[in-house]
Amino acid sequence: MTELKHGEHGETEPLTADEIRQLSPEEAMLAGSEADGVHIVHRRDRFPVRGTKAEKRAERGVAACFAISALAGFGFIVAFIALPYKWHLPGTPQNFRFYTPALGGLLAVMLLFIGIGMVLWAKWLMPEEEAVQDRHDEPSTEEDKLLTEATLLVGLEDTGLPRRSLILRTLGLAGGALATVPLVAIVGAMIKKPGTQLLHTMFEPNKTLFPPNGHVPLVFENFRRVGPDDIEPGGLVTVFPGVREKVNGYDGVTSASSPTLLIRLRPGQKVKARKGQAGFGYPSDNPEFLAFSKICTHAGCPASLYEQQTSRLLCPCHQSQFEVLSDAKPVFGPASRSLPKLPLGVEVGEDGRQYFVALSDYKEAIGPAFWERP
Amino acid sequence: MTSTQTRRTNEPRTPQGKVGAFMDERLKLAGPMRKQLNKVFPDHWSFMMGEIALYSFVILLLTGTYLTFFFDPSMTETVYHGRYVPMQGITMSKAYSSTLDISFDVRGGLIIRQIHHWSALLFMAAMLVHMFRVFFTGAFRKPRELNWLIGLGLITLGLVEGFAGYSLPDDLLSGTGLRIADAIMLSIPVIGTWVSFLVFGGAFPGEVIIGRLYIAHVLLVPALLAGLIGAHLALVVRQKHTQFPGHGRTEDTVSGERVFPVYAAKAGGFFFIVFGVCAALGGLAQINPVWLFGPYMPSQVSSGSQPDWYIMFLDGSTRLFPAWEIRVFHHTIPALFWPTVVLPGILFTLAGAYPFIEAKMTKDRASHHLLQRPRDVPVRTSLGTMAITFYVVLLLSGGNDIIAKAFDISLNAMTWAGRIALLILPPIAYLATYRICLGLQRHDREVLEHGVETGIIKVLPTGEFIEVHQPIGPVDEHGHGQLAYSGSPVPKRMNQLGASTPLRHIRGFFYPVKEKPEIQAALDELEAKALEPGHDAEAAESRKQLTD
Repeated sequence: MTELKHGEHGETEPLTADEIRQLSPEEAMLAGSEADGVHIVHRRDRFPVRGTKAEKRAERGVAACFAISALAGFGFIVAFIALPYKWHLPGTPQNFRFYTPALGGLLAVMLLFIGIGMVLWAKWLMPEEEAVQDRHDEPSTEEDKLLTEATLLVGLEDTGLPRRSLILRTLGLAGGALATVPLVAIVGAMIKKPGTQLLHTMFEPNKTLFPPNGHVPLVFENFRRVGPDDIEPGGLVTVFPGVREKVNGYDGVTSASSPTLLIRLRPGQKVKARKGQAGFGYPSDNPEFLAFSKICTHAGCPASLYEQQTSRLLCPCHQSQFEVLSDAKPVFGPASRSLPKLPLGVEVGEDGRQYFVALSDYKEAIGPAFWERP
Repeated sequence: MTSTQTRRTNEPRTPQGKVGAFMDERLKLAGPMRKQLNKVFPDHWSFMMGEIALYSFVILLLTGTYLTFFFDPSMTETVYHGRYVPMQGITMSKAYSSTLDISFDVRGGLIIRQIHHWSALLFMAAMLVHMFRVFFTGAFRKPRELNWLIGLGLITLGLVEGFAGYSLPDDLLSGTGLRIADAIMLSIPVIGTWVSFLVFGGAFPGEVIIGRLYIAHVLLVPALLAGLIGAHLALVVRQKHTQFPGHGRTEDTVSGERVFPVYAAKAGGFFFIVFGVCAALGGLAQINPVWLFGPYMPSQVSSGSQPDWYIMFLDGSTRLFPAWEIRVFHHTIPALFWPTVVLPGILFTLAGAYPFIEAKMTKDRASHHLLQRPRDVPVRTSLGTMAITFYVVLLLSGGNDIIAKAFDISLNAMTWAGRIALLILPPIAYLATYRICLGLQRHDREVLEHGVETGIIKVLPTGEFIEVHQPIGPVDEHGHGQLAYSGSPVPKRMNQLGASTPLRHIRGFFYPVKEKPEIQAALDELEAKALEPGHDAEAAESRKQLTD
């Protein structure tokens, strides 16, 4: 193959079909690229002499890549069918653990080697080439622009819209309706009135479910009632409203607004109650038990990490920290509001033991803040 | 070339010829198709970032389609009875239990799930690095501002798509993420609660969100992504690729390899390499082990809850922003609103407006097809590193609890360090980058003027020691180089001399792609000889020795 210089930008006469038939395929290819504004300024076989050792070495290298790829693909099929993949408890044979790595490894080898083979093929064996293409990036010619402009103008004139303002306006209205109707239909179908839902939780007293006074019992995840003996001093448990009935698909335990932290202080610890929340603990005059909403007032994660020594609650999502002895006031991080406190009471259950109840709902909205929240 | 047999008639005789004639008679393909086959693509390692993004999108489509065969996007409660013993008997959503099934009961399901997750992470990373490449080399300038905006739209959609995707399994980690997303919606002034109730179909979590995220994740957003990717590529084809200046590469020309066959082989091979890397990651590196997290419960959370990396900058801004809640007239603007809605809004608006701002500030209204080296545009480069520094501080702060734990640092100190760093590091990055750019420019100019340092020390008769410099071009009477500063690479070491000879040198990532200059020069000489009659045999023989 010879190096052909076709870098000239000058226009040449287009070849006739008969002339092209006289050309060798390579010459015809070059003529074709010239016709497309692509000048192949440098073109050289990687191995100008056929059949040298180096060429055969390169060819074998590329072929080896493809062969490895095919082998790995075959291996993948064998591994997929033959290897054990069923999960077993620790203590039993754990050979299923090799299933995914084996598949991944074989798949990777299959894909990588077909890819590497193709790249090496291009780099080692395909002709080295440098082509220069004209960009032709200038804007349209002035003539083109003028003609198009006229076409647009006359077309618009033909519709008569500039003169017939009645049609223009009514069409505008219809277009507006066309755009609004789907929006209304979709949003209208999806919209739900928030109402006061965010201001209440399932601790709201309910006389039909819990006669006579409607106080909602505090329960564990399995609906077992929580009493003062269930917590060690300095400990905390997560409790829920003991409502088994589902409202909007969620009962007291699964509802997103109701998780509550019940904390028992260590002897001697005293809480500085916030305004309006004094007496919410149990006993109410000198509380030993306190219940705070578990839902962080910042972004709604459960503020569930409790550091007993410092009496601080930490939310693991954004590291807001709440000082329990100051009525769960935020002391660090992005939260700006205290965790709301649940008015806690104790009632004697059917078995004669004492159990916690919520004397009323939280006095403020729990969880992340929102516009309507006072 | 073996056969030079030429066709003498119009009648196609070979099967390929007949197929070609069949298609051409119906679609008139010959001309347009040849034009595309002959299209020239320039070659530079930095142009492969966008390719990686494109290929990982294809991998996502392939693996994602597979996953839909087994995933059940339903929040209906079910009791798990699958193969993973620790979860047996636990009540969970069908979405979560079907994700467990994909991981444990579907043969080979886990590797596809993991390849899908890894390629999503790669997709976002490649898009971001591609954006850096485009930014720092000025490839966004006229006429390519539209493609910059499309690219930004792709990154934004990618964030949404990724978030929707990793929320689907309905595990504890992703449920926590959704809860935060709900809090972010609630934080929007005036309409926040309505937005949240609209998206979740009532109070969080409701019973519809997984189904809605699913259709967004598998249909709406991918369709938009595919459409925008199509437009992105169409614009690249229409406007042709940018490239660094050099011999044969001017504002009017693009130089490289034609699509068929070399570029197609390389790009096709690269697709398989990207796929292979994703497969290796999916098989060998565990990602998002949802079975360890358990089903979502609003009362539970694990420590060290991190989103996928591309959401982490938002998590970081949320952690760093102070508790500045505004309360007016019995209404609240939550502190959460600023770092999660306003900040990304500002960041993306600035990014989208940047090409227009730069054109306005520099009064540059010309079209540009040649790339700039970052050092040659110090202000832009410094602005870019400033933005990246800001972003990286946010990104690291998104994992500041992990860093605090790993290095035994106080968590509160990490938060404060992040807050301070966010304010002071970006300006420092700006100043440092500016100096570095100027320094690199000056070194280039010095080499152009005095030549390359040879490492040879000479003692002058006066006793003075000087280093001998090798001029890289013609010199004037004072021995100063006459080459003008042109913004293209300047050889800095002796063995780089000649590397920038016409058309031979295209920078690879590790070493120049083309042959060593001395071999190239020898080959050229031989070829020149070969063109003369009578030298063929001799030339071929010597060439054989050279290339062996």
